[in-house]
Amino acid sequence: MTSTLTLDIKDLRLSFRNWAGKTEVLHGIDLTIAPGERVALVGESGSGKSVTSRIVLGTMQDVRNASVSGQVAFEGTELSTLKPAERRALRGRDMSMIFQDPTSALNPVFKIGELFQEVLKRRHPNISRDAARQKASVILQDVSIDDADRVLNSYSFQLSGGMNQRVMIAMALINEPRLLLADEPGTALDVTVQAQTLALMRDLVDQKGTSVLFISHNLGVVREFADRIYVIYRGNIVERGPTAAIFDAPKHPYTRALLSAMPRLTGGGIPEIEERAPSFDDPMATHGEDA
Amino acid sequence: MRRTTYILLSNPLSVLGLLLVGFVFFCASFADFIAPYPDHAGAVINFAFANRPPSPEYLLGTDVVGRDLLSRIIYAYRIALGMALVVLLIAPPIGIAFGLIAGYIGGWTDFVLMRITDIFLSIPPLVLALAIMGVMEPTLINAMLAVTAMWWPWYARLVYNITRGEKVEGYVLAAEVIGASKTHIMFREILPNCVPAVVTKMTLDFGYVILIASSLSFLGLGVQAPTPDLGSMVSEGTRYLPDSWWMTVFPGLAIVIAVFGFNLVGDVLRDVLEPD
Amino acid sequence: MPDTMPAAQILSVRSVSKEFRVGASWVKAVDDVSLDVFEGECLAIVGESGSGKSTLANMILGIHPPTSGEIVYKGAALPAKRTKTHRSQIQLVQQNPLSALNPRRSIGASLRLALDVHNHGTRSERPAMVSALLEEVGLDPDIALRAPSGLSGGQRQRIAIARALACQSHMVVLDEPTSALDVLVQARVLRLLDDLRKNRDLTYIFITHDLSVVRNIADRVAVFRKGRLVELAETAALFSAPKSTYTRSLISAVPVVSAPEIALRDGLAQGV
Repeated sequence: MTSTLTLDIKDLRLSFRNWAGKTEVLHGIDLTIAPGERVALVGESGSGKSVTSRIVLGTMQDVRNASVSGQVAFEGTELSTLKPAERRALRGRDMSMIFQDPTSALNPVFKIGELFQEVLKRRHPNISRDAARQKASVILQDVSIDDADRVLNSYSFQLSGGMNQRVMIAMALINEPRLLLADEPGTALDVTVQAQTLALMRDLVDQKGTSVLFISHNLGVVREFADRIYVIYRGNIVERGPTAAIFDAPKHPYTRALLSAMPRLTGGGIPEIEERAPSFDDPMATHGEDA
Repeated sequence: MRRTTYILLSNPLSVLGLLLVGFVFFCASFADFIAPYPDHAGAVINFAFANRPPSPEYLLGTDVVGRDLLSRIIYAYRIALGMALVVLLIAPPIGIAFGLIAGYIGGWTDFVLMRITDIFLSIPPLVLALAIMGVMEPTLINAMLAVTAMWWPWYARLVYNITRGEKVEGYVLAAEVIGASKTHIMFREILPNCVPAVVTKMTLDFGYVILIASSLSFLGLGVQAPTPDLGSMVSEGTRYLPDSWWMTVFPGLAIVIAVFGFNLVGDVLRDVLEPD
Repeated sequence: MPDTMPAAQILSVRSVSKEFRVGASWVKAVDDVSLDVFEGECLAIVGESGSGKSTLANMILGIHPPTSGEIVYKGAALPAKRTKTHRSQIQLVQQNPLSALNPRRSIGASLRLALDVHNHGTRSERPAMVSALLEEVGLDPDIALRAPSGLSGGQRQRIAIARALACQSHMVVLDEPTSALDVLVQARVLRLLDDLRKNRDLTYIFITHDLSVVRNIADRVAVFRKGRLVELAETAALFSAPKSTYTRSLISAVPVVSAPEIALRDGLAQGV
């Protein structure tokens, strides 16, 4: 390793306490992201992929019934040693997030320009209105929005879903975060729009060297985006490896099931797959790329 | 059951609420057995013991005509709870019917029903009750009617809002596509989803009805002497402040206990009844 | 896949348009659409948001009437106010399994409703009918006593399918029935739908945006864009040689996982 990892998760466990007792939903997860690396965490609903991103963001730690253990180090700093206020300061500045539904993630009460200024204040507390607009216009051009002025003067509900998605990507990257968390970005959008915005996002993080943790339920979506993939099943990582290796030679029975369950664009009928099999709980498969 | 216990135990105030409400119900139900001087609930005059401060004999003191305040408060709880019960048996069904029909049918029906509701809502509750009581004899029954008249529109609004939300849910569409009748959809599909909110509101309202009824009798428009009533007792007691403080403080405290208790229980019920 | 083309037409959409008022202006959600649905086939209706595919489905279901044109079912125009027979014969499975079942009624009660409304079976037979329906969709009949909370999306969707079957429907409008489900669950539910169609001689109108699902379940595909029918073709033909550029762009945007798919997609993308 050349430098400190952007994200280093070791033996991460999460459990919730409720009326039924204590339920562990993450059973000791290891995950690393090197600077500039794009990593995908793929799993079905309830697998624990979204709570993992919440823990990295530091919001899960504030949930009353949740208890988190293990190590989550962001650029060498262990998150649990930070005060809640310090964790909050990381968000939106050194780490940012893109959500599933861009339209509901943008506050409809403020114009896009005002939202950008708020975000910019997290890094530059005294930024002027004009400077903020200037910076926003530049980054909007990076996401192929040519009429930046019109967009900055609009409210989110006046823009299309695809436009809002681009605005979200721009907003998430304007403070040059070192880590971008993308939780099912664009799933709420049409396929053609989703494909375009993912390509835009890939180009932009590439250009800025941002590390990405991409959360998705769809292996197809991450294939063109991620350098490495972690497959998560019911709170355990079952397989990890470079994207090409996972697609060419999936080792774990669950990964194989996930891949073969996807109906093929070339036809061949609906796959015959078990929803659950004992072999899905097999130990983790790796592709020998890391220790 | 385990879930209910968990919610109760994780919220200590809820236990306090249950204790307070239990205490009020206990007093109301067993007034005849626990009141030290049951006959003091009526028109007893006992000038020899008038105006006594709290003592072992009269735990909360006596009023101006020498009646035991504790006994009167216990019986006043019985009257207050009975009144709240009647109001809350009549007002919610009317409100539910208005809200469900207006919310589900929509269009002109919605317009007419909800404007009627709005008219009632636009008059401050106490003013409405005062107006009604001004026309009618100030009796217990009329007080209940007046409070009911000001109470049902709140349920209409509540149920209307829930219905508007539920109407767009997939299960309503499914029932429509199956061909179920409007009555079925309103009362068998949507109504059960209004129940938790309505029950919670009813619990909270138990306290408020007692409060409003007390306000009415404080103004001399509710229950008439010699029937014991918390509002009238406070009102009467204020004339002898600050010397005979117990005449005001204890009935006032009794009102606070009831209102506070029902509020706490209402909050817990909301947690228990809402699905995870 | 269809070796013999189904002959009889069951539903015919004839020059149907639907306009909605948005603020002061009128928007054409469906613009002069005509198409036939044949008995026993699975016709996919594909499009992105705003394509009018859901509006068309709602008109077929009688949720709102067309502004102009008519929909003919088994030889007779469907009236704005549907009869019980129409209701029982044309059924619906919705996209969101979380909202499609009443959270405060048991699974059994939700299924019983369909039997009660259409008077299927006698009162004493109905509990057994509910059990049989649950078994037919691959669920434990004991589930009838439970409330929907705690059931998975796949289980709920199976129940919604059982409810459509309970009406003894001939035609089912499937409105994105698997797009809210996980991949493994989706495969199982699609297989169930495919089997039921064959066993019960059902006709499907399968509304979706997911072309890889369409490729494997539909006999024919109708592509919609902005309220208009852009292309209607047999499935294999549509995927091997799409006529419109819009269809091409839709196919090339599908996320894929295997080498042959990538080849197919990239081949089509050349033409976009």
